[in-house]
Amino acid sequence: MKGIGVSPGIAIGRAFVIKKTEAKASGVLLTNEEEISWEIARFENAVGLAVAEIEAIKSEHLSLQDEDLAILGTQIELLTDPQLKDDVIEKITSNRKNSGDALIEVIGAFVHLFESMEDEYMRARAADIKDIGNRLFKHLNASNSSVQTFPPDTIIIAEDISPSETITMDIAHMVGFATQAGSKTSHTVIIAKAKGIPAVVGCGSQLGTIKNDDLVILDGITGLVHSNPVQEIIAEYTAKKEAYQQSAEKLKALKDQPAITADGKKITLSANIGAADEFADVFEYGGEGVGLLRTELLFMNRDSFPTEDEQFEFYKNVALQSKGVPVIVRTIDIGGDKKLSYFNLPLELNPFLGYRAIRICLDKKELFITQLKAILRASIFGDLRIMFPMISNVQEVRSAKRVLAAAADELVKEDVAFKSGIKVGIMIEIPSAAVTADILAKEVDFFSIGTNDLCQYTLAVDRMNEKISHLYDPFNPGVLRLINNVIEQGHKHNIHVGMCGEMASDPLATMLLLGMGLNDFSMSASAIPMIKDIIINHNMIETKEIYKNIMQMDSSEEIVAYLREHTK
Amino acid sequence: MITNDYIILAAQGMHARPATVLIKLVKNFKSAASLKKGDKTVKLNSMLNILSLNIKGGETISIIVEGEDETEAAQAIGLFFTEQLKDL
Repeated sequence: MKGIGVSPGIAIGRAFVIKKTEAKASGVLLTNEEEISWEIARFENAVGLAVAEIEAIKSEHLSLQDEDLAILGTQIELLTDPQLKDDVIEKITSNRKNSGDALIEVIGAFVHLFESMEDEYMRARAADIKDIGNRLFKHLNASNSSVQTFPPDTIIIAEDISPSETITMDIAHMVGFATQAGSKTSHTVIIAKAKGIPAVVGCGSQLGTIKNDDLVILDGITGLVHSNPVQEIIAEYTAKKEAYQQSAEKLKALKDQPAITADGKKITLSANIGAADEFADVFEYGGEGVGLLRTELLFMNRDSFPTEDEQFEFYKNVALQSKGVPVIVRTIDIGGDKKLSYFNLPLELNPFLGYRAIRICLDKKELFITQLKAILRASIFGDLRIMFPMISNVQEVRSAKRVLAAAADELVKEDVAFKSGIKVGIMIEIPSAAVTADILAKEVDFFSIGTNDLCQYTLAVDRMNEKISHLYDPFNPGVLRLINNVIEQGHKHNIHVGMCGEMASDPLATMLLLGMGLNDFSMSASAIPMIKDIIINHNMIETKEIYKNIMQMDSSEEIVAYLREHTK
Repeated sequence: MITNDYIILAAQGMHARPATVLIKLVKNFKSAASLKKGDKTVKLNSMLNILSLNIKGGETISIIVEGEDETEAAQAIGLFFTEQLKDL
């Protein structure tokens, strides 16, 4: 059966099925004032006991992590919520309900309110409210349930698991859990992730067929759950589990470690992304920013150009997800191999040398200005920066900056808020730009080297043409000299130089680029740990030496062999 | 009485974790604080009420503070919305 994999990893173990008993209303009505005061006191007493219970969990489980503590803190806030108390007391005094029935009604109303919200996160909060309701109900009736213990390698199978159950459960022996209900953003899932316990939710009623002690395999990545699997599947997953654990350990060890060379030079590792939802990966792999936000996704798979407001929503969402780290937004890069169905690009003999990117933008200024206005507006929500692609001379930079100024003027006239002084940079991907880096550096705040196009333009090799693919070679001494010039001139003029092309994620190139002085590498998020591993294990003296030696070599074969030998 | 408007800088909006921090922050002051979104106003002491407003990232809300230490309280709450919230 299949659910939603919410906490990655593979778990193999024996099932332990948890069944829940629902709290039922008694229907009793109170007859006099003494009973009313007594029921109010009972409710307040239950709140006190429930809070004390959570405080006890906090002090007994010293190994609790920030996530757990935050969730327990939220539970205490909910238990002591003044609105909850007012509503329950109102039901006791005005409707003459006993405390248990009053609680069931009040909790039911809040659960209903949250379950009916559109927002998935808010719907998931209904589970938290049910959880505190059950906790209070338990204390009202003074039936104390203690912490449950399991045999080793237990996989919990349940309709749903409440956040506080997750915390009080015998975690040491629990290797995974699968639930019938549940959502990706439930607190139970947050805890499972924090503790590295594989979990699958939303399996549906089929999960009910699993019985105690059944052998269960669950895959927290794909969401697959196998019960009583055949031998081959067990073997397959045993191998998968080992491989996952090894890579997870390495990742974890590197994630929070800063990218600093052995002799103390700080290097920035950023990620290339195409949409806001990729930020989870960026942070998971230890990315410190976004060196390239591709905006093509926004323009593709639709029938017309997105409006300023549609674009604003896209950039705003990115800015909000970024938690304040720098995000470099590349303006429209269509043309070349990227076509739009609704924008008639003339058929060209050499599309890569043709009407594309900034050339289209400076020609169709209304398109460009719409995008720039949307980015400027969204920059209120995060540290957005603007980057123009396909720059071949300084006049294009000046023209693009004039359009940016015009976009800002329009926003001022329309009285729309935006952040002024946004940082502006360019992609260095055309040889003339790389050669004239000294001229261009005076006009911008940063460079970002796009090695894919720079390589194909420098070597006159179409990277799509398989017949000549062997000539496409980023280690060609000519390409390396251009890259070196860009880094050197950029730093001479005190501007920031990064690289967002494929070379930034090529482990063979890392030492050489460090030696050239590059200090900002941007790549797909999953490549970050591999490059970080190289950075922290080498020092700058070593990389400078490698760089000096390589600049003496005249063939890329020799260069690659040399780098292979020195990158261990 | 002090009223200030803030943009919610957290993508997930005012979810349980930031709401918990905010409620605890407000408890440090004697002033009464409330939060207004659209035409609904709730006191800043109830998690259920704050969450029920379903405040999303990018939305604008108003904070109203009234009491003897309202200046300090408004300042602390301001810092929460402009600096802390995006990291919670």
